[in-house]
Amino acid sequence: MSSMAKPAQQRVGLLQGTLDMLVLRTLLYGPAHGHQIGKHIQRTTNEFLQMQHGSLYPALHRLEQRGWVVSKWETAPDRNREFKYYRLTAQGKKQLVTEESQWKQMSEAVARVMWPAAEES
Amino acid sequence: MTKRDEDLDRELRSDLELEEEEQREGGISGGEAHYAALRAFGNPALIREQTRAVWSWNWLESLARDLRLSLRTLRRTPGFSIIAILVMALGIGANVALFTVVRGVLLKPLPFQDPDRLFMLYESGMNEDKTPGYNVVAGGIYAEWKKQNQSFSSVALVTNSRVGLSGSGGQLPEKLDSTEISSDLLPTLGVQPAMGRGFAQADDSPSANGTVLLSWGLWKRRFGGDRAILNQTIYLDAVPYTVIGIMPAWFDFPNPDTQLWTPIYHDKPPELMAALDNHNFRVVGRLNPGVTAAQGVADLSVTSQRIHNANLSDPFIFSAANSRPLLEHMVGNIRKPLYLLLEATFCLLLIACLNVANLLVARAASRRKELAIRTALGGGWLRLMRERLMESLLLSSAGGALGLMLAAAALAWLVHTRADMSRVESIRIDGVVAVFTVGIVVLCALFSGSIAAFSAGDKRVLSALHEASRSAGSGSTRASVRKILLTLEVGLTVVLLIGAGLLLKSYERLRSADMGCSTEGVVTMHLGIPDARYATPAQRANFFSTLLERVRALPGVDAAGFATVVPGQGYSGDWGFTIVEHPPLPQGEGAFALDRWADSKYFAAMGIPILRGRTFDDGKRLNAANEVVISQSFANQYFPGEDPIGKHLHVELNKHRTAVIVGVVGDTRFEIGEEPKPIQYYPLNAGDETVGTLVIRSSRNVEQYAMPVERIVAEMDHDLVVSDVLTMDQLLGKNTSDQSFNATLLTAFATLSLLLAAVGLFGVMSYLAAQRTTEIGIRIALGAKREQVMRKMLLDGMGPAVFGLVLGLAASVEAGRLMRDLLYEIKPLDPAVFLAVAATLLVVAAIACIVPAWRASRLDPMQALRTE
Repeated sequence: MSSMAKPAQQRVGLLQGTLDMLVLRTLLYGPAHGHQIGKHIQRTTNEFLQMQHGSLYPALHRLEQRGWVVSKWETAPDRNREFKYYRLTAQGKKQLVTEESQWKQMSEAVARVMWPAAEES
Repeated sequence: MTKRDEDLDRELRSDLELEEEEQREGGISGGEAHYAALRAFGNPALIREQTRAVWSWNWLESLARDLRLSLRTLRRTPGFSIIAILVMALGIGANVALFTVVRGVLLKPLPFQDPDRLFMLYESGMNEDKTPGYNVVAGGIYAEWKKQNQSFSSVALVTNSRVGLSGSGGQLPEKLDSTEISSDLLPTLGVQPAMGRGFAQADDSPSANGTVLLSWGLWKRRFGGDRAILNQTIYLDAVPYTVIGIMPAWFDFPNPDTQLWTPIYHDKPPELMAALDNHNFRVVGRLNPGVTAAQGVADLSVTSQRIHNANLSDPFIFSAANSRPLLEHMVGNIRKPLYLLLEATFCLLLIACLNVANLLVARAASRRKELAIRTALGGGWLRLMRERLMESLLLSSAGGALGLMLAAAALAWLVHTRADMSRVESIRIDGVVAVFTVGIVVLCALFSGSIAAFSAGDKRVLSALHEASRSAGSGSTRASVRKILLTLEVGLTVVLLIGAGLLLKSYERLRSADMGCSTEGVVTMHLGIPDARYATPAQRANFFSTLLERVRALPGVDAAGFATVVPGQGYSGDWGFTIVEHPPLPQGEGAFALDRWADSKYFAAMGIPILRGRTFDDGKRLNAANEVVISQSFANQYFPGEDPIGKHLHVELNKHRTAVIVGVVGDTRFEIGEEPKPIQYYPLNAGDETVGTLVIRSSRNVEQYAMPVERIVAEMDHDLVVSDVLTMDQLLGKNTSDQSFNATLLTAFATLSLLLAAVGLFGVMSYLAAQRTTEIGIRIALGAKREQVMRKMLLDGMGPAVFGLVLGLAASVEAGRLMRDLLYEIKPLDPAVFLAVAATLLVVAAIACIVPAWRASRLDPMQALRTE
């Protein structure tokens, strides 16, 4: 039990909800393999979100299990080697929309609590 | 390694290589690049581990996470957890215990072969209105049934008896409950002795040598479990019997008191066994396959009707038969109270669940902000709901475990205190009970958890967060859920309270019922002399007169008497008579009354008043003892407007005789809770009877007479035993043990539920007050009077109580109707009980509400406004 207890604690909280969303959003540009996804998120946030592969791969597999992404081994055009490419499914796209709107709602809500004056003005 | 593992390995490797290549392309040299890549990438082994966890442990792991989370939250509020667990434990424990009893007693099949083909057979239908449909059977009728019927593969006779087992091998003589059976009883039931053999047809006749089967318990206790007792002779009522077998330990037919079995045709006089109108025996029949009970009864009825028609001059021959499944016969009296108690415990469980739900709702409400934030951060509604359920599952599981222990303890107590209950031996916690417990636990968890989850599960995250910022008038929906729960809880409590109140009052009525005799300062002792050694009427009459003379000489004895049956010992028997001075009744009609034998001082000893005439003349003995004393209701019924003294009764008891009525005595009840019936008393001095009850009255402590009486009896005959030494009060207490038991249990349940309801009210009120702290603070700051605040809070809290009360009172009308059979001399709508319950409930509710209300009115407005 202890081997599974640890990762569980790491995934609790903020990251789980958001990471999935970020991954899905990244895949909206087109199929990508794990390394590309991680790099992309890292770069786009100006290295603010240090991508931990430790959570990226479990997230990818979780998304695949839920049917939001599918994977396929394909040769990378520039490396001449096969990588595991993930592709967004229709279901995944829908999920992304939901998560996005939820996130928006929440950040608005948090904002209103945190800065009530701003809301009134 | 599975394909999926390989795939993951490959994926991680290729991505890691890519990272390494990129590092190298960034200008880092070979070996360095590898480590840099690993640093950037993280530990691949760990990643693999974590990813694998996603596949395999997804479901189980999230369950474990819920479990941990719930455990943590429960541990953080130990007070809440302990209360909830205790409440659940009580509810579940009571239910498990009662279910175990109901299952053991009512639902488990009898331990006989094909038990559903076994029926108890009765005689029926003498007069349309007067006769109960289920009457014991006359020996002669049984013999005819056995001969003529085509529907039963076998029919057998059973009757209870008591015998004195003589002292032997240094052991004292003792009185034992025994059962006389016909030789075909064991084959009918499909039971074999554990050792030795059962009765053969040849054993079951007056001319055979005595044979006896011992119960396992008696064999172990009295004969040390020694097989050598087989084929040995023991003396029962001074008659030799050969032990031919030992019955298995589980066999206790027809009741758990039975210690030995003897053949009925050997023991009973042939005239009795042939009589058509002397109804004494129980008959068990095994129905042939393919025959219905109704067909079987119709078959027997044909025989009865024919015998009835052939003897029209005898009004006491029944004309039909009746039947009842054997199981139903054995559990008849206990079925209704058990189901009633089961319903009561179910109410208790509901109340417990409602209470826990209430507590959970309160907690959910106080954690509303936390939950809203978690929802906002992506915690699914389902997840949160699952957590609620997990919490209540944890609570009810813990409650269930504790409840099972409580149930085991309660059952041990029950089996100990109610050893007289039929089939008490089959009450056991087993697999089915365990499954039932698990079922109840899950049910409770779902019930209380989902109420809590649904009430907290609204998705208006924003409003929750808004509301959370300022809690001036918050939580009104949640409070109304709690109020509804409370109303239900109070309603159920009222039903339980009224049920308990009715039973209690009925028990009290029962105990204060006028028995028609003294119940204080009187002690009774059972005593019998063996027919074999006291064969002549003179011997019998002499024994009793000597005994009574010596007992009366004991210091402090005010009066002593002897009667075959004393009030409170049951119906025992009746006998038909004709009044010599009256014209004969129309054919087919007969007069009968309870028959008792007593000595002349019995009435004085028992405190039964002599209303007219006198008691028996001690000078008239044996054949000369031709007097009879009748009871008041006998005189009223058979001599309306007439002086019965000097009239003659003709009876065919033991010997044909005509007796003159010399006195009328007060009515007595043969059983507490039964109306007095006409009784005819015949003189013990006639020397007919051998078994009965000695009655001693004294102003001293009557129980002390047990020892001296035993000494006197032993001096007169060292084989005789005095048993059942009971004060009249104890004797009647045995009569009412059922009622007292039911009333006690139901009262306990009702008290518990009242307590739970009070806790619930208190909880809701405290919660409401806490929720409205700010509001109250503002009100007070704006000048509201404290009394006003308090009144408002009180009214708020009393609302659910009053609604619940009304609801409960309405439901109680129906509940009372259901338990009508269990009530004695009170109506199901007894206004006193209803009023008392309503008053109690309102007082308790007011007390539960007043503390939080008072506290609210004491609020310091500054303090209140500063909270949050």
